[in-house]
Amino acid sequence: MATIKLSEDKIQIIKDICASFGNRSGEVINVLHGVQGQFGYLPAEVQQVVAHELHMPVSKVYGIVSFYSFFTMVPKGEHPINVCLGTACYVRGAEKVLDALKRELKIEIGECTPDGKFSLNCLRCVGACGLAPVAMVGEKVYGRLTPDQVPAMLAEYR
Amino acid sequence: MIKLSIDNKPVEVAEGTTILKAARQAGINIPTLCYFELDGMNFENKPGGCRVCVVEVKGRRNLAPACATECMEGMEVFTSSPRAINARKTVVELILSDHPNDCLRCEKSGDCELQALAARLGIRELPFKGEQTTFKKDSTLSVYRDMDKCVYCRRCETMCSKFQTAGALSGVNRGFPSVVAPAFDQPLGESSCINCGQCVQVCPVGALTLVDNINDVMKAIADPTKTVIVNTAPAVRVALGEEFGQEPGSIVTGQMAAALRRLGFDYVFDTDWSADLTIMEEGTELLQRVGKVLKGEEAKLPMFTSCCPAWVAFYEKNFPDLLEYPSTAKSPMAMFGATAKNYFAQKIGVNRKDLVVVSIMPCLAKKSECAREEFGKDGNPDIDYVLSTRELAHMIKQCNLDLNQLPEEDFDSPLGQSTGAGVIFGATGGVMEAALRTAYELHTKKSLPKIDFEEVRGLNGVKEATVDFDGLPVKVAVCYGLGNARKIMEEVRAGNPNGYNFVEVMACPGGCIGGAGQPYHHGNSDIIRKRMEATYREDAGKPIRKSHENPDIIAIYKEFYGEPCGHLSHELLHTHYFDKSDKIEATLQ
Repeated sequence: MATIKLSEDKIQIIKDICASFGNRSGEVINVLHGVQGQFGYLPAEVQQVVAHELHMPVSKVYGIVSFYSFFTMVPKGEHPINVCLGTACYVRGAEKVLDALKRELKIEIGECTPDGKFSLNCLRCVGACGLAPVAMVGEKVYGRLTPDQVPAMLAEYR
Repeated sequence: MIKLSIDNKPVEVAEGTTILKAARQAGINIPTLCYFELDGMNFENKPGGCRVCVVEVKGRRNLAPACATECMEGMEVFTSSPRAINARKTVVELILSDHPNDCLRCEKSGDCELQALAARLGIRELPFKGEQTTFKKDSTLSVYRDMDKCVYCRRCETMCSKFQTAGALSGVNRGFPSVVAPAFDQPLGESSCINCGQCVQVCPVGALTLVDNINDVMKAIADPTKTVIVNTAPAVRVALGEEFGQEPGSIVTGQMAAALRRLGFDYVFDTDWSADLTIMEEGTELLQRVGKVLKGEEAKLPMFTSCCPAWVAFYEKNFPDLLEYPSTAKSPMAMFGATAKNYFAQKIGVNRKDLVVVSIMPCLAKKSECAREEFGKDGNPDIDYVLSTRELAHMIKQCNLDLNQLPEEDFDSPLGQSTGAGVIFGATGGVMEAALRTAYELHTKKSLPKIDFEEVRGLNGVKEATVDFDGLPVKVAVCYGLGNARKIMEEVRAGNPNGYNFVEVMACPGGCIGGAGQPYHHGNSDIIRKRMEATYREDAGKPIRKSHENPDIIAIYKEFYGEPCGHLSHELLHTHYFDKSDKIEATLQ
């Protein structure tokens, strides 16, 4: 027997999202999408509540969360950084930019800095191939990035 | 009907038949690894994932997976063309490239489908070298997990989530780290696992195996300060022979008793005896509940059987609001343990701590049941160790005995004599039939006109019957597979629209005869059918076939327990259940 502890208001948010999809287990991906949109990530307790509300095993919910790269169990930073590794960005040196970010922030892909300021992730194409290589900090797009521009970019948020 | 040819042999099959099944019909056995079916028991695992069953189809560019490709009119299938065999070999070589290949010391050796496949295909080299998966080893009291050996067939997941609806296992992660595991990679023992062990029974390789207790038992037998007694479950005697090359459905009761004696057990008793005791308690409880309802008093109906420990774990975890419905009667094994440690120990003048009680069970959940705290006294369990049928076979072989050569011997007294009613506990419907035989006669005070209740026999997942108790209609249901039990529990929650009075539940396919501790059936449901036939054959051959007529049962009530559901019975033979469901607790922060 496990006891899942979560704050009252968070439980209510999850319940509302599940209810908006009729508490149907077939809607689990949409529900997880919505819940991650609210909390930024999907910790174990949140998945437990989703499973409970949709009347499905939590192992199945975790199976989905761990399968799709969009879902994350790691909290995002205050400023989530996404580096595009689409073909155009890749051939124009996105990997070097990514390496510079890892070095500067001392974290790996999918992680968050200990102060909670930055998290680092990759994505495939933001539709700005003309600006390759591209990275996003929050909603702001930075184009034609080089590794030596990385410290200055981060400084804007520090 | 569809006409096609397989290996130039004309075949005619019904529409929708897969190439795999059509080939089997034609006597061509295409090898498989992930595919698994229990014919007639509503269990099929067909992920089409392993690609071992690929065949060549004339006019089709790529090879077709036989398990997932339907037959078409005029199709020409070649199951053993050089291209098909080559592909099949490569598939197996690739699987082996991420397998520990430690067959010599693997628990599954000799019963492993991958090992058999490699032998059949003549794999002599491992051409592919690459990374190896390394997962954490994990164990409950019943099931041992070594996912490095997993071939990702997902049979266990289908069994756990679809057949049992326990939902402990799911495919997680993607790509190379993919594995079948509980949520958040938590230990299986902390998940919703109910320890039915059916994942072990269907696993083709050694990824899921039983927790072996042979050495514990051998040590106890060798200890001169201990008196070691054993009891054997009904389903063991109709399956043990398979491990010694006997035909499925062979009955080896006498040889098994002889083997146990030669292994050094001081007393060889029978769980069938305590199955008769269970019927006395459970049957009486049923009549009491029905009587109360008839008088307009409060009592929970339907009453559910409570012999199956996986089923008990299932309702404790999933139906905490319905814990008053199952019978409070302990399982036959637990009743045996309680009687052995509280009555028999005293009778032979042995301290309960020096009496070691071993159970031979077709079941892996029993290994968890015997550790339940309430089934013991002052930290000393009523049942010390549980060995599965497979472990017993292994132990017999290790001790240089050949079951086939042994004479037939009887069980010892006073916990050894049983009736046909105790025997049929091993098959789905058996507990119900045994209970009806006794409850009818106790209630009506008349002799049963017909002792066989055919309507509750057989391999249907859910069976129903209404039995006339001399003017009182008793509506019963029997099911196996916890997915079926879940449906009935949900009906009960919704007000029991079918009006059941008594429901029997067994977790495993076909009941205990298809238990996780039985010899591997590898998806051959005929083996389970034959064990069932043997069970009813054994019953029919018994001179006494009703529990309440068992002289040793009558004697134990006279000498020790007093009366069924009496004071001492309640203390020793009945139990209570606990809410073990997950709870969501709201915190302020």
